[in-house]
Amino acid sequence: MLHFSRLKIFSIFFLILIGFIYFIPNFLNSGTSYLPNKKVVLGLDLQGGSYLLLEVNSKPLFKEKLELKSFDLRKKLRAERLDYENFKINNQEIFFDINNSNKVNLQKILNSNDINQKLNESDKELSFQINQNTVQIKFSEIYLKRIKKNAMEQSLEIIRSRIDELGTREPTIIAQGEDRILIELPGVKNPKKIKDIIGTTAKLTFKFLANNDADPNSFDKLQSKNNSETYNVEKKLALSGEHLTDAQPGFDNLNNSSVVNFKLDSFGSKKFAYATKNNIGRRLAIIIDNKVVSAPVVRDVIATGNGQISGNFSVDEANNLAIVLRSGALPAPMSIIEERTVGPDLGKESIDKGVVSLVIGFVLVILYIFLNYKVFGLFANVSLLINLILLLAILTIIEATLTLPGIAGIILTVGMAVDANVLIYERIKEELNIEQNIIIAFDNGYKKVLTTLLDANITTLIAAFVLYFVGSGPIKGFAVTLAVGIITSLFTTFVFGRLLVSIYVRSKKDKELKI
Amino acid sequence: MINIYKEKISFLKHYKKFYFFSLILVSVSIFSYFTKGLNLGIDFKGGTIIEMQFNDSLSSSKIRSSLIELNLGDVKVKEFGDDKTFLAILEKKSGESNFISEIKSSLEKKLNNNINFRRVEMVGPKISKELTQTGIYAVLIALVLMLFYIWLRFEWQFSLGAILALCHDVFLTLGAFSIIGFEFNLSIIAAILTIVGYSMNDTVVIYDRIRENLKRDSEIDLTNLINNSVNETLPRTLKTSVTTLLALIAIYFFGGEILKGFSFALIWGVIIGTYSSIFIASPLILIFNVKRDWSEVIDNTP
Repeated sequence: MLHFSRLKIFSIFFLILIGFIYFIPNFLNSGTSYLPNKKVVLGLDLQGGSYLLLEVNSKPLFKEKLELKSFDLRKKLRAERLDYENFKINNQEIFFDINNSNKVNLQKILNSNDINQKLNESDKELSFQINQNTVQIKFSEIYLKRIKKNAMEQSLEIIRSRIDELGTREPTIIAQGEDRILIELPGVKNPKKIKDIIGTTAKLTFKFLANNDADPNSFDKLQSKNNSETYNVEKKLALSGEHLTDAQPGFDNLNNSSVVNFKLDSFGSKKFAYATKNNIGRRLAIIIDNKVVSAPVVRDVIATGNGQISGNFSVDEANNLAIVLRSGALPAPMSIIEERTVGPDLGKESIDKGVVSLVIGFVLVILYIFLNYKVFGLFANVSLLINLILLLAILTIIEATLTLPGIAGIILTVGMAVDANVLIYERIKEELNIEQNIIIAFDNGYKKVLTTLLDANITTLIAAFVLYFVGSGPIKGFAVTLAVGIITSLFTTFVFGRLLVSIYVRSKKDKELKI
Repeated sequence: MINIYKEKISFLKHYKKFYFFSLILVSVSIFSYFTKGLNLGIDFKGGTIIEMQFNDSLSSSKIRSSLIELNLGDVKVKEFGDDKTFLAILEKKSGESNFISEIKSSLEKKLNNNINFRRVEMVGPKISKELTQTGIYAVLIALVLMLFYIWLRFEWQFSLGAILALCHDVFLTLGAFSIIGFEFNLSIIAAILTIVGYSMNDTVVIYDRIRENLKRDSEIDLTNLINNSVNETLPRTLKTSVTTLLALIAIYFFGGEILKGFSFALIWGVIIGTYSSIFIASPLILIFNVKRDWSEVIDNTP
């Protein structure tokens, strides 16, 4: 155990040298040409920033799709002259009653491709059940999954473009699970603006206000933006926001307020021109997310496809509205289910305190070890220092994120890494008591302690792995430093430390040696 | 220097007393856990916490009463580091974009002070439920994996002994948090898992020695053998605990407020982990009566 071939010695020092090369740039302010440019990535809790977890609520989307489907279905049933009764629709299902004689026909319709589209070899859009006279139709599981997946992909893209427009520094926006989006915004101290623009679905529609003598079933009552007024808005759509090609914030000098100017595509322009031409004098409600933003009177035909939304906006509101309209509507509303924001000053303070406690902990530990083991303690302490360097180097190389619990993990590693040394030295002490030959005693000590060392550290590694796989954010950072720390400490004590000891012991030859 | 480790200490002689002592501690912990419960942080309960820093020193009760007027549900405020920095724990949680900024502006108006929101964490009900679940799973999965590993490497008696000692440590840690009332959050789960790893590490070192001695000597009385093993590994057990504690104490006193609970859990865990390896895990091998014949089995069948 005390013999090292030249190649081995060379490899050990080579590894440590590589460690140094990756360790040093972490303490340089500017990059150099001869060292790698990587630095350990600081978690949001250390560099400051905002973490948001969003959830896509697909239920309204399912309902919307089901309503469209029911519309098609009724049309088809009428076209086929198939009588039905009690047509009902709830959040997930369509129900209606039919005559017995129509069952075969209905089955044919419900299996036809224009009502129930084939998704692949074996799956279809709808699943249905006919119990006696009652028909129950709903979307198949696989189709719901597909809707969900599409909504998720779209939402992700829209959220990305909205956040990009705000000019945030290096945001991370990724999907998490089936229906969640994780956003990390380094350096953002107050995420209000971000929350504003992702909390808006931005579903824009234009509908005329109902005339006074209109049928109560033909209009909905909608609130104004600030809930101060209620409007009777026709159910019939004049134009939907999909036809928007651009939206920009602007200023209306006449009313002295911020506005949003928009442009429509050619189809939208035509439709808008047609709608305004036939309704001059009526009020057109501009509706965003089921709230009436404004309801101006149509004074003339609008044929250019350009329009203006006014609604007593502040400059910020107009800016945000332009961004969300430009990026398009989210397919489904989203809500923020978790937020963690740390200011940059607190992050800085955490780093400073972490470093101070690391230094103090380190000094206490090396003093204690030196007092206990003298020369050999010195070797253990050098190993410990190399351990810290390698630990940080590996964290840098694997691009792990260093978090506040991660720093605690490093300090904990300082305490625990000594364990390997203590185990070895105590064992050698025992061996020295029974064995005359010093070299053999040292050799036996290292040999006998290896299984213990592995067994003991593997159990801690198990804990670290479990933490990594089930933990989130900062906890993951802790698990990574703990796991890497165990591995580097085994190397520095059992390999590097052994090398130092072997050089020393062999230089002493047969003289008295005490640990 | 006199070597205090030269004298053999008979750890096993009084093991029943220590079991009785531990039984009381575990009972008290479980009792407190079920009556007083844990002071669950927002990670597991949902809610909002805000670390706020004021220009001037203020009292927490004044901040609390101002916050209560805002209808945020249950409100707790405590000093956090110095008398200008406070931690507000609010029952209400909301993803609305105005939620936090409105709290800030109305608090600034009411207290007539500039406030810096240094840290804001909001956890919705769905997430807190998930975090609780994953927290419990994490500890259980780790225990099962270790049980399996020890069983693989040792006899079942060791495996069972180690796990019982670990459960002892976990109960006592939960009990300490329940009795003292420190906030129990995600990082405490991380601390508990680390304690589990550490205590296991300690136990394995002693068990390893017991196994080695069992192989070497099949004549000696089991009580003596275990006692010798504990004594032989004692210097290592104590020195490692001391170095780990030194590092942890540095975090506790200098690492800042956020790491206080975390480092407390670890300090407590190292102490009881060391205690349980010596006084709980080792005598269990005696109780479970591990097999004595460790010579290689020679296959004699023709």
